[in-house]
Amino acid sequence: MSETTERPPGALQLLFNGIVSENPVFRLALSLCPAVAVTTTVANGFILGVAVLAVQVLSSLTVAIARGVIHPRVRIPVYTIIIAVWVSAIDMALAAFVPSLYAQVGLYIKLIVAFAIIISRLEVFASRQPLVPSFWDAVGMGLGFMIALMVIGALREVLGSGSFFGIVLFKTKPLLFFALPAGGFFSIALLMAFFNALERKLTGGTAKPAAGGHHG
Amino acid sequence: MAERRFPSVRTALLTALAPLALVAALLLGAPLLRGAGSVQAADGGNTIESVTIRTPNQVRVTFRGPFDPAGATTANFRFAEAAAPDAPMALEGVKAEGRVVTLTATQALHATERYKLEVVDPPISRDVFPTAWATLVTLFLSSALINNFVFTRYLGLCIFFGVSKKRDAAVGMGVTFTAVMIFTAMTSWAVDTFALQPLHLGFLQVLVFIGTVAAVVQFLDTMLRKTHPALHKSFGVYLMLITTNCIILAVPLLNAQGKVSAIEALVLALGSGLGFALALFLMSCAREKMELARVPKAFEGLPIAFALAGLFALAFMGFSGLDFFR
Repeated sequence: MSETTERPPGALQLLFNGIVSENPVFRLALSLCPAVAVTTTVANGFILGVAVLAVQVLSSLTVAIARGVIHPRVRIPVYTIIIAVWVSAIDMALAAFVPSLYAQVGLYIKLIVAFAIIISRLEVFASRQPLVPSFWDAVGMGLGFMIALMVIGALREVLGSGSFFGIVLFKTKPLLFFALPAGGFFSIALLMAFFNALERKLTGGTAKPAAGGHHG
Repeated sequence: MAERRFPSVRTALLTALAPLALVAALLLGAPLLRGAGSVQAADGGNTIESVTIRTPNQVRVTFRGPFDPAGATTANFRFAEAAAPDAPMALEGVKAEGRVVTLTATQALHATERYKLEVVDPPISRDVFPTAWATLVTLFLSSALINNFVFTRYLGLCIFFGVSKKRDAAVGMGVTFTAVMIFTAMTSWAVDTFALQPLHLGFLQVLVFIGTVAAVVQFLDTMLRKTHPALHKSFGVYLMLITTNCIILAVPLLNAQGKVSAIEALVLALGSGLGFALALFLMSCAREKMELARVPKAFEGLPIAFALAGLFALAFMGFSGLDFFR
């Protein structure tokens, strides 16, 4: 993830980077816990995606503004506190405005604070780049995460409950398996394999498989 | 690598034994703490010595003095769930033998629930608590197996997939994790109970808990490095990884949500830690075998590991009906 050179890349490139080539879930294999946990429906994936997007953008902006002030030796605790502050704010906002959805994903919203993707973007990007590129990087990563969650959510909701965003698509008995915990793991396995195969097709077999995911 | 193996297994046992001894001491002490206080003296002099639930549907009431057989009628007893004390259960029969009265209910009773027993003559009312043992065993099983954090709540996946490649690493991580979990859960419990709740600062939970977890992990790291350098050498690597784990933060949050007692928090932490260790161990065994298997190109690496975790999750669903006291 050392693609950040001296000259900050353009907005479009950063967005593409976050959504496709370094998609946090499918390519970087970061922050997988919520990706399996809340994606039983598209709506749940969407709400958590929005929360992560908001936290990522707000904390990236905070760090990009304050990067001259933060002493490098205490940067990790400072980042953690910045993230925790924004998570608390988003948590309260969602609890107030969408209580019914919040009831299902509440615990996972609080756990955004421990997501590796957010702190790794702060460390890799926002702490070294000015405000505007940091903003686009955060938006790209946040959108990439949100889209990944919604894709998994769509697959699981259509197959597992026969509906999409709560709208019933077909009345035959759905495959309950995909709504169960085990189905979440399988859906991600299938989607990751799909993206790996796609990548290999496009790059002519030189792409490396998805990262190992040791980054917490 | 080979010479690190022996000390790591021995030290692993030592690390695991300390929290276990603590739990054993608390388990033995718990009935003493809990038993007193729930008996209410009656005017007639005859009081209840003990009430036990005998599954599936019997209640055994032991009096201090001989019980008058004339009072052994269903109308003389009211037995209700503590959650709904105004809706007593229908009783099928009452049998008195000396000091012991056995009530038979028409519905199934659970050894792990709270009930309320009232006697009309002599006038006695008494809360029936589950034995501390039953509560704690249920809590432990639930957090370790039925609601296993990895396979049914999908937490801690990053570490789960990152560390489960080698069995040695998985065991080391599991042991370190369980020990740290107990420390952080108890510290967070104390902070929540004695600071956040009395001051109505619940909205600071996330901020305070992540700070507590980070501080405890840092503290353990420093302590271990100074006092047990060998132990630190084998387990220090895992310590730093733990801070970014969702489970270590989820357990304090769940404890705060359920407003549990200290011993329940302890058992929950122990159960979740051991559940995570078990998941790591199983997964690492399967992944070591998988290295020899021929996997389709697209599935290499993480995708096949996810499919494997899915199979484990399916197997763990079998625990969902588990109830020791039915």
